Amino acid sequence: MSVEIQSLDPRVNRLGLHTHEPGSPDTLPPHDHWGTYQVFHQKKRGDRHTAVGIVHAPGPELAMAYAKEQFGRRGETANLWVVDTRHVMALDYIDQDMFATTPEKTYRDPGGYKVNDKIDAYREKMSHEHTP
Amino acid sequence: MYGGGYIPKEETRKTVVNDDPDMLAAFEARVARGEKVEPRDWMPTEYRRQLIRMIEQHAHSEIIGALPEGTWITRAPGFRRKLALMAKVQDEVGHAQLLYSAAETLGKPREAMINDLINGKSKYSNVFNYPAKTWADVAVIGFLIDAAAIVNQVANSKGSYGPYCRALERICYEESFHLKQGHSVFVYLATGTPLQRSMLQDALNRWWKPIMHFFGPSDEMSEHTLTLMRWKVKMATNDDMRQQFLSLYVPKIQELGLSLPDAELRKDADSGKWLFGDPDWAEFFAVIRGNGPCNAERLAVRKAAEVNGAWVRKALQQADARYVTPLA
Repeated sequence: MSVEIQSLDPRVNRLGLHTHEPGSPDTLPPHDHWGTYQVFHQKKRGDRHTAVGIVHAPGPELAMAYAKEQFGRRGETANLWVVDTRHVMALDYIDQDMFATTPEKTYRDPGGYKVNDKIDAYREKMSHEHTP
Repeated sequence: MYGGGYIPKEETRKTVVNDDPDMLAAFEARVARGEKVEPRDWMPTEYRRQLIRMIEQHAHSEIIGALPEGTWITRAPGFRRKLALMAKVQDEVGHAQLLYSAAETLGKPREAMINDLINGKSKYSNVFNYPAKTWADVAVIGFLIDAAAIVNQVANSKGSYGPYCRALERICYEESFHLKQGHSVFVYLATGTPLQRSMLQDALNRWWKPIMHFFGPSDEMSEHTLTLMRWKVKMATNDDMRQQFLSLYVPKIQELGLSLPDAELRKDADSGKWLFGDPDWAEFFAVIRGNGPCNAERLAVRKAAEVNGAWVRKALQQADARYVTPLA
């Protein structure tokens, strides 16, 4: 049996709600909460923008309004980007092995060029040769 | 807020899916190494299903949890308290959005989750089915329920699913503000007039049972529970979290000269464990089944919010918009 809900909250009472309000399992149709936008947050001018999460929005303007509220409401914010998730192309983690050998490519790193041992050995050798 | 290690039992269990044993072994090795699982990784069917369920119920708890406290925004005693409570309630709704997003990355759209909430199919933390009768209830909720939620959420933030962990990191930071502001209200009332103190004691007496229920009954140490712990879906037992909560917060209640309505509550000197009287699990299960003091109101309010907002969302729809599962 449906009875009117009596709440401690006057705002709820003003809604005139009843127990067992009618509703069907598909109260919200698909896409009712729109699509998603990926949000990128920049803390300080000069920092990188960092992916921080998503918002649901019908378009970029409202996505930005939600992003400000959700990701800029405390702490520092210099700037925000929102990008329609459909426009982000991402790799699959299953392909991560394509980068497996990259850390081994020491010829690309400054640390891959160590010559101090050779210099020391050379100087050692020279000092012996020139000792009478 | 929320957390609540307790995830209600399912009435119908789906048939067990036999995942590829090699993929399963590689997955378990990754989790054991402490690596995070990301949305588009291979994962066991049961892992995905349990995570969706757990994160979704966590999200529902945040959005429903905003309701009992929201009642007091219009009647908060003073401008600063009102600002703080508005900020906290907004955070809770924001947490729901972060968590719905994390669950969405596993393939369940937000509309489907909200439908399951408002049609009573999925649950939320039992504690929000109790009314916030006085301003002192705001103190008890903000201090102790948020504290309990932090115990649970800090544990879960070390779990294996990347998007959930990242959401929880942000959530835990905001929860610590909730706890601090709750503690502030709590201390002001506890050190205030005799009337304020008695109001706080009354709220504490009414909320203690739901707080003891918060982490749920002791876990059955079934194969299923052990699997969820191995997969780092469940990070601590309900009993361990409850003990941790009691150790941290009972002293903070007692130092203010307040009492708790459980004559058997004490720390056992030998085992170092808290002992307590029967928390009335029959009431806990009755409330889960929908028979708590506020279940009907909470769902009706949530449903009204969705139904009354439908025309606005429809008016803003854009012709080319299409849903895709978010990335992270």
